[in-house]
Amino acid sequence: MNDMLEAFRLVAAADVVLAILASAIYGLVVGSLPGLSATMATALLVPVTFYLSPIAAVATIITASAMAIFSGDIPGCLLRIPGTPASAAYTDEAYAMTRRGQAEVALGAGLWFSAIGGIVGTLSLVLMAPLLAEMALSFSTYEYFWLAFLGLMCATLVARSSPVKAIASMLLGLLIACIGMENPAGTPRFTFGVTNLLGGIEPIPALVGVFAVSEVMRAMVTPEPPKLPRRKFGSILAGQWALTKKYQWPMWRGNIIGIIIGVLPGAGADMAAWVSYAMSKKFSKEPEKVGTGHPEGLVEAGASNNASLASGWVPALLFGIPGDTITAIAIGVLYMKGLNPGPTLFTERASSMYALYLIFIIANIIMIPLGIVMIRLASLVLRAPRSAVMPAIILLCAVGSYATGANLFSVVMVAAFGVLGFVMERNGYPVAALVLGIIMGSMVEQNFITSLIKSDGDVLPFIERPVSAVLAALTFGALLWPVGAWLLGRVQAGRLRAAAAPR
Amino acid sequence: MKSIPRRALLGGAALALAPLARPALIGPALAQPRWPARPVQMLCPWAAGGGTDAVLRIIAILLEKDLGQPFNVVNRTGGSGVVGHAAIANAQPDGYTLGIITAEICMLHWQGLTEVTYRNYTPLGLMNNDPPGIQVNNSAPYRDVKALADAIKASRPGQLKASGTGQGGIWHLALAGWLGAMGLKADHVRWVPSNGAAPAMQDLAAGGLDFTTCSVPEARAMLDAGRARSLAVMAPERLSAFPDIPTLKEAMGVDYQTGAWRGIAGPSNLPAEVKAAMDPALGRVFNSQEYKDFLNARGFGLVYADAAGFARHLEAADKSLGEAMKAAGLAKV
Repeated sequence: MNDMLEAFRLVAAADVVLAILASAIYGLVVGSLPGLSATMATALLVPVTFYLSPIAAVATIITASAMAIFSGDIPGCLLRIPGTPASAAYTDEAYAMTRRGQAEVALGAGLWFSAIGGIVGTLSLVLMAPLLAEMALSFSTYEYFWLAFLGLMCATLVARSSPVKAIASMLLGLLIACIGMENPAGTPRFTFGVTNLLGGIEPIPALVGVFAVSEVMRAMVTPEPPKLPRRKFGSILAGQWALTKKYQWPMWRGNIIGIIIGVLPGAGADMAAWVSYAMSKKFSKEPEKVGTGHPEGLVEAGASNNASLASGWVPALLFGIPGDTITAIAIGVLYMKGLNPGPTLFTERASSMYALYLIFIIANIIMIPLGIVMIRLASLVLRAPRSAVMPAIILLCAVGSYATGANLFSVVMVAAFGVLGFVMERNGYPVAALVLGIIMGSMVEQNFITSLIKSDGDVLPFIERPVSAVLAALTFGALLWPVGAWLLGRVQAGRLRAAAAPR
Repeated sequence: MKSIPRRALLGGAALALAPLARPALIGPALAQPRWPARPVQMLCPWAAGGGTDAVLRIIAILLEKDLGQPFNVVNRTGGSGVVGHAAIANAQPDGYTLGIITAEICMLHWQGLTEVTYRNYTPLGLMNNDPPGIQVNNSAPYRDVKALADAIKASRPGQLKASGTGQGGIWHLALAGWLGAMGLKADHVRWVPSNGAAPAMQDLAAGGLDFTTCSVPEARAMLDAGRARSLAVMAPERLSAFPDIPTLKEAMGVDYQTGAWRGIAGPSNLPAEVKAAMDPALGRVFNSQEYKDFLNARGFGLVYADAAGFARHLEAADKSLGEAMKAAGLAKV
């Protein structure tokens, strides 16, 4: 109990409160700018944390990353330009809602369910950290391979177009993921002697290109869409309680999937959002509405990616293993501030630990008022003329992609992916599947090759271990289900025909 | 905003900043030689938020205090470090673009991935070195590194598996060098490439590997959690942060040492006055309490060499890493 009071005292310190507020606003702004990701928002904070007290330093990282993940939904919803890879899964859905004049419902759902996901994720961190950590440690490369493979299959589930085109886009993404020398063999592939390609293609420039730049190109060749009827931007939170009740089950499913995927190092919020969105589409009671501006997927995926953000801290805090790029940066800050990850953090420095929990909860609560302000400001974009918005987006894309590495090559990359995305969309190939292929490609390959090296080329361990057997069964089930359903349909149709035929 | 002319705004900002900038400009300018007369750009070949970035940023802050001009860190990433390293080597040699170089500069050219070698730089100071450790799962039967070495010698080639980083990475070369020092072939223990030390340590704890050769600080959380044990470090002396871990020489009489090091350098043909100012300044940075506290907190190894010592270090490291890469079949040239 004393630890708890001490934790309250730590968090109530003036510098911590100020750090939370400032980093919240910073996270909201950076996350909402296309081209600037939540990871970059966190990385840029590191030099600032040099000057802060330990709790304030960690508070800035936690708050800014939670805010940036939520506010990545804003440009996705208003302009069809996702701010972060995690938002890319459901951008089309949110944009469809905006076109139907329900922008506030879509953004409100993003905000409300992000906050709920964040709080549920934090509770899982408080109550089950050791248990979740054990689970994460039982995952070896065999399990990760199946998990990544399942993630890839979401491409066909998420896409609205034909599954064949979705698979083609995903395979192109996999090919792009092959570029560079960051592969298990450490050998340069498809670099054509270009030094800049040695490091491979990062998902962020690809994402910015295929969504933001191609959207601007599309705007240039199509006539201005009919103005959305001018009306007062409705209440943001009004409908959310009804949605919470109506979609309670998807919300909990999103939370749980988010927690499980978040706790597995290397998977992270991006994958959680994809898997959850695919699940909601698969299990929706109104599947015909999904993709046309239906909030169900937003509820589930929005809850999921913020839940994963909190549970991603479990392996980071207990074993110093980063769950994603954000916690990788956070671990560096923890060490720097003497809050060394490890079980002793939970016992000897329990008050600091409780303070971290409190900061998680506070960040997710203040997300709601600050988020509402941010949404209101951002919604002005809908009223601005397109000729003013589009050049600003191009400028942001160029500056953002240059800023990450001070390398002009990433700006060229963004432009190239813009053209690719434009051509793909014109021909009905979903760009989201391409991004998924780029994100998951190296994970699939890395875990497949390392598993084979470890087993001396034997494939049995892929299905021998209990968890990997379950995941393999799931994968094959999902893979063969459409084929089975099709065959069953044919057989039944044949029987019907046979029955109907005159004897 | 609209009513204020832009020039007036900028002028106002300059005025507001002037009192801050003046003492920094005038004070040391009287005591110091002409360099640095304006801000210095410090290039980092690795991304913001990582270990190299953190080390460079603390050095930059302390150099600014010492030399009285801002040292601005710019992350020039891409191409697995090649782009940033080349940018430092190819910069205008006027002393206003310097940077941090890492062990990779003595590895990439052996793989034929860049033309740039350590000879393209003016070394200014070695600021940090992290030697590899040898870590096993806590439930592994090996009591000490001698037991592990005996098990390796008794195993058939490829039977035991080790990891710590990607194929051809610095910890892979550490393994190859250690095996070579024991008179074994570089691939007697099979290397399992991983995406860095953290996933390798996780797989070690999950029972998927026999040992890892990443640095001890990278393994620290797992050691603290009681999931892994560190048997030895490949260093000339024990680490100050981990005094219980013996060196290889102490534990089994094999003297092999390497490490992932970081140092400050500029392009070749740097003016003598820049070198004369930076060499002692980096020494003062290294000896400052702030730098020591910072590196100790992150668990990074405090190893220093002045400009001349860093030059000797670069030459030796290039030779030994090149040999390890040839032995492991990774070198192309």
